[in-house]
Amino acid sequence: MSSLTGASAVDHVPDPSGHSPLGGARASTGRLGDRLFGGAATGAGLLVIAIVTLIAVFLLSQAVPALSRNGANFLTSTEWNVAGDHPRFGIANLLWTTVASSVIAMLIAVPLGVGVALFVTQYAPRWLSRPAASLVDLLAAVPSIVYGLWGAYVFGPHITGLQSGLSSVLGWIPFFSNSTGGVDSSGTIFFIGIVLSIMVLPIVTALSREVFAQTPATHKEAALALGATRWEMIRTAVLPFGRPGVISASMLGLGRALGETVAVAIILSSLANGTGWSFSLFNGGETFASKIANNAGEFDSPQKTGAFIAAGLVLFVLTFIVNAIARIVIERRKAFTE
Amino acid sequence: MTTLDTTFDAVPRDTARTGFKGRSSGRAVRNEIARIVMWASFLIAMIPLVWILGSVVVKGGQLLLASDWWTNSQRGITARHVGGGAIHAIQGTLIEAAATAVIAVPVAVLTGIYLVEYGRGALARAVSFMVDILTGVPSIVAALFIYAVWVTTFGFQRVGFAVCLTLVLLMIPVVVRSTEEMLKLVPNELREASYALGVPKWKTVVKVVLPTAFSGIVTGVLLGLARIMGETAPLLILGPYTKSIATDLFGGLMPTLPTMINTDRQQALQPAVDRVWAASLTLILLILVLNLAGRVVSRYGKVRA
Repeated sequence: MSSLTGASAVDHVPDPSGHSPLGGARASTGRLGDRLFGGAATGAGLLVIAIVTLIAVFLLSQAVPALSRNGANFLTSTEWNVAGDHPRFGIANLLWTTVASSVIAMLIAVPLGVGVALFVTQYAPRWLSRPAASLVDLLAAVPSIVYGLWGAYVFGPHITGLQSGLSSVLGWIPFFSNSTGGVDSSGTIFFIGIVLSIMVLPIVTALSREVFAQTPATHKEAALALGATRWEMIRTAVLPFGRPGVISASMLGLGRALGETVAVAIILSSLANGTGWSFSLFNGGETFASKIANNAGEFDSPQKTGAFIAAGLVLFVLTFIVNAIARIVIERRKAFTE
Repeated sequence: MTTLDTTFDAVPRDTARTGFKGRSSGRAVRNEIARIVMWASFLIAMIPLVWILGSVVVKGGQLLLASDWWTNSQRGITARHVGGGAIHAIQGTLIEAAATAVIAVPVAVLTGIYLVEYGRGALARAVSFMVDILTGVPSIVAALFIYAVWVTTFGFQRVGFAVCLTLVLLMIPVVVRSTEEMLKLVPNELREASYALGVPKWKTVVKVVLPTAFSGIVTGVLLGLARIMGETAPLLILGPYTKSIATDLFGGLMPTLPTMINTDRQQALQPAVDRVWAASLTLILLILVLNLAGRVVSRYGKVRA
């Protein structure tokens, strides 16, 4: 049951028998009860549209005044001074930290999640299949603040060894260089990426699992009948069938990773204002979400708040794009399966 | 599905046993490696789960055994002192979750009904798309939105109800999706039988479709609650912590487990640190209970097809 992750398999998988399951479109009698109930249902649907529209409108309307007073380039500046009459703020650092940590998370979570999903649907003995799926789902039941605590105080101290190892071997790549001296800290972009990967794993797994389980038996039987080994059967039948599902699962996971707040705010050590730019992953920083959360106490004037809302708006647009891509991939798949 | 799987299993293995040499060793090795990789990825995924739950239980389990934890608040207790309980935070979390459910469930279930029973064409696609977008809205953005409406525009104080409004935004998509899923499972024959008896559509939905899908919807609600109870980001912006019991959603501060964790976390003193882990364990337990309840309801009340 992927309800835990908010993703619906039914939405993503065409009806097996191929017909639209729910007729009765003309069963409404036009009587008062019908009109009231149908109206209420439609109203609820319209309310959802209104809410999303309002979110965009409100964020825009509060961000624009702050942006118009902004003395620095909003997209390319790394400064963040929102106090006073001449605020200067830009999101370059936030964008880099957010995207870098999420990309690391996806690089780990997608292969692992696909592996777990294949394990659950194709490899696990029958008695283990259901419990294994529930156990992975349990990861989604751990609140993000607990991930933050665990990451910062339990897991964190063990990661510095790996970081200095990576840095000494691959230090010539700018991403792994120890130019900022951060390898001995667990408040790095690299580490938060690892923690985020654990947090999005259940999302990637849940949806991939459901698509893999939907692979038509005939495809699998055909592959096996041609003499394919189990792995070849998976590679030629299960994976191609499930690819759009895996892509959309990854996109949903990415959306989650981009917007994760508290775990990032706890683990990632923020940099002093005015610190120079670095591509190193062994460096602190702030994501959009953690920047807003860390500074919630500063929301005292509309203009300061507006700057943070502008950052929130960029995050909203970012997750919107990612989710829209997921949606398009799913829709395209619907069009040509069966 | 599972029965089919076992037959697939038998095919390659039997050919191997008969000594049939149709498969080159390279392919066999690759097959074996793939099997090991799949098992390994499952085991790797289990490491953080066991590690997190283990460390929370070890560090926080002790305090939960004391009856004080479940009956007292933190009123008058500083970070230096041992003692006190979490009842204020537990209560606050439950009150906010309940108020959220009261607002979110009707809207979400009706939206689910709209999408499955009524929605056709462009509007239905738009609603479905918006639900997807809402699923993806980060909790911090939802909190900023409510902040922009509640505090900046209307000039209200940061109170429990504002937190509830944020949580409503996060809960609606979860419940809509699970309601949708469940309503689609209700066999069309049931609806047709009802229509054939001359029952109007709305009564068919209320008296036939909803009762059939009821347990599934309840499961969705419980899972939705489980999701929002662990949310911390909206609380950081809209729900400041207090150490005393509070029951008023519209005035004053409302303590919750996540803010209790977040406040005590900033103390270096051992009594506060112990309470952080104990509060974490309490929160995980609350969420697990809801999850289990959801699973039990869905197992014993499957849609009767």
